[in-house]
Amino acid sequence: MTRTTPPLDEGTLRALVPRVLAGLVRRGEDFDAAEDALQEALIEALRVWPEHPADDPQAWLTTVATRRLVDARRSEAARARREEAVHAEPPPGPTEEGDDTLFVLFCCCQPELAPASQVALTLRAVGGLSTREIADAFYVPEATIAQRISRAKRTLRGRRLDRPGDLAVVLRVLYLVYTAGHAGRVDLVGEAIRLARQLTLATSEPEARGLLALMLLNHARRAARLDAEGRIVTLDRQDRGLWDTREIAEGVRVLQSALAVQRPGHYQIEAAIAALHDDAASAEETDWPQILAWYDDLVALTDDPVRQDPAAVLGRAVAVGHVLGAAAGLRETNRLREVLGERHRWHAVRAHLHELSGDLTPAATAYAEAARRATDVAERDHLVRQAARARASLPRARDDPTQGARGHCGRRPRGRDRVPRRRAGAR
Amino acid sequence: MPKYLLLKHYRGGPAPHHPFPPMDQWAPEDVEAHIAFQRHVADVLRENGEYVDAQALTPTRTWVRYGGPDAAPVTTDGPHPETSELVAGWYMIDVESYERALELAAYVSSEPGPGQEPLYEWLDVREVMSEAPAAE
Repeated sequence: MTRTTPPLDEGTLRALVPRVLAGLVRRGEDFDAAEDALQEALIEALRVWPEHPADDPQAWLTTVATRRLVDARRSEAARARREEAVHAEPPPGPTEEGDDTLFVLFCCCQPELAPASQVALTLRAVGGLSTREIADAFYVPEATIAQRISRAKRTLRGRRLDRPGDLAVVLRVLYLVYTAGHAGRVDLVGEAIRLARQLTLATSEPEARGLLALMLLNHARRAARLDAEGRIVTLDRQDRGLWDTREIAEGVRVLQSALAVQRPGHYQIEAAIAALHDDAASAEETDWPQILAWYDDLVALTDDPVRQDPAAVLGRAVAVGHVLGAAAGLRETNRLREVLGERHRWHAVRAHLHELSGDLTPAATAYAEAARRATDVAERDHLVRQAARARASLPRARDDPTQGARGHCGRRPRGRDRVPRRRAGAR
Repeated sequence: MPKYLLLKHYRGGPAPHHPFPPMDQWAPEDVEAHIAFQRHVADVLRENGEYVDAQALTPTRTWVRYGGPDAAPVTTDGPHPETSELVAGWYMIDVESYERALELAAYVSSEPGPGQEPLYEWLDVREVMSEAPAAE
């Protein structure tokens, strides 16, 4: 980019957020106050730059933020003003300057902050999202997020932020952002990937690359994960032609560079498993023995996997079911009954294994049990469908006169009442 | 405009119009029709400008109360009598009248069940109290 007249590129503007903030904090400003001042400078930039573009946006923001810091010391009113004003915010954009990103990430992901606060603070101070956008993403009132952020910053106030932070916490926060991003008006998934990518520029730690690879390799399947009606499509039934091969290729590249360091970790192994699924041209060609080998490594990372990483043990049980037979897989799940017996995933996995062995009655029962415990609507609906489908495949169900074929899915029944329409012009 | 909650129940309420099995025992196409109808209701409410919120609740219930000073909360998660009410979810609507709320609730209740016949499910219609008027 030339230094003359950069247009109001919001992606560029947002990428500057962690850099300017890092500069201010390194100079000795309080993180809390600096973040406030920078938010004000950003609002000012959005107002002023369309007519008077800055020659050097980073220097401009630093100058304005510094001025605000001086103002803020004089007047507590600055805080209230800033909280009201944050609105238009930019979409994601590429960035460099990894060191600054890492520095600000460490500030936001201090271990003593609650995860929800780490996430909110990271999205604002590193991602440059507004309080309102963060609130929209999590379906909570804007005031709730504003409060969460200001409480988090109060915790950090006056703290010297010059020690290296805990990278494991940063990785966990970014993964939380990623997993939270399945719904909502804000593209948190894209944001998490953007931040993870920035992080890999800032640290050579292979787990950071493992996390980015895991995100990319899962995200690549996104278009196939729901059908046109919004129904969940399980991995074995997905249209693999919809998978993003470019993203898979990037994920595999990133993963290989991480694995080459030979310090495997949780995210690298999960990414390797995702890569093996992505690599299969059809569900039947899935390399389950390889997947099982990776799961063996995954559960070996903890001393007591059943308690410390039950999700890994459950994932391994599926692989065992595909390699050694459904009965062996089911035996593996028995170990988890005490820990996961009330979770829908445990029942869903058992249902899948029963179905794998052709035992449709226990499969239908287990799907129904899973549906009862599901905590999101799409998943619940999916599990109810699976239960109904398994039951309908039973020979005895075909004799049931109430269960004959009856038109295609989602058909509006004949003669149903018309939708009561609101009277025209009614207020 | 008044707001109403149209509450759906897992159990409880007046005697059902007719008995029907749990949804996981319906024919797959009936399940599809039912789920499609629920999505359709939310769409219609949005199109009408009457939608406020729609939520579903899991059937797991925990009763909890204050345990006293320096004591942990006291909880009980059952067993509850099968007749006790258990809310399954709701639509919150913002409509011009009580009659309109009943009309919409009846429409929700026409949702297709087994054989894609209407379920005639009872809905609990509750008016939401408005906030005290803001100072002017």
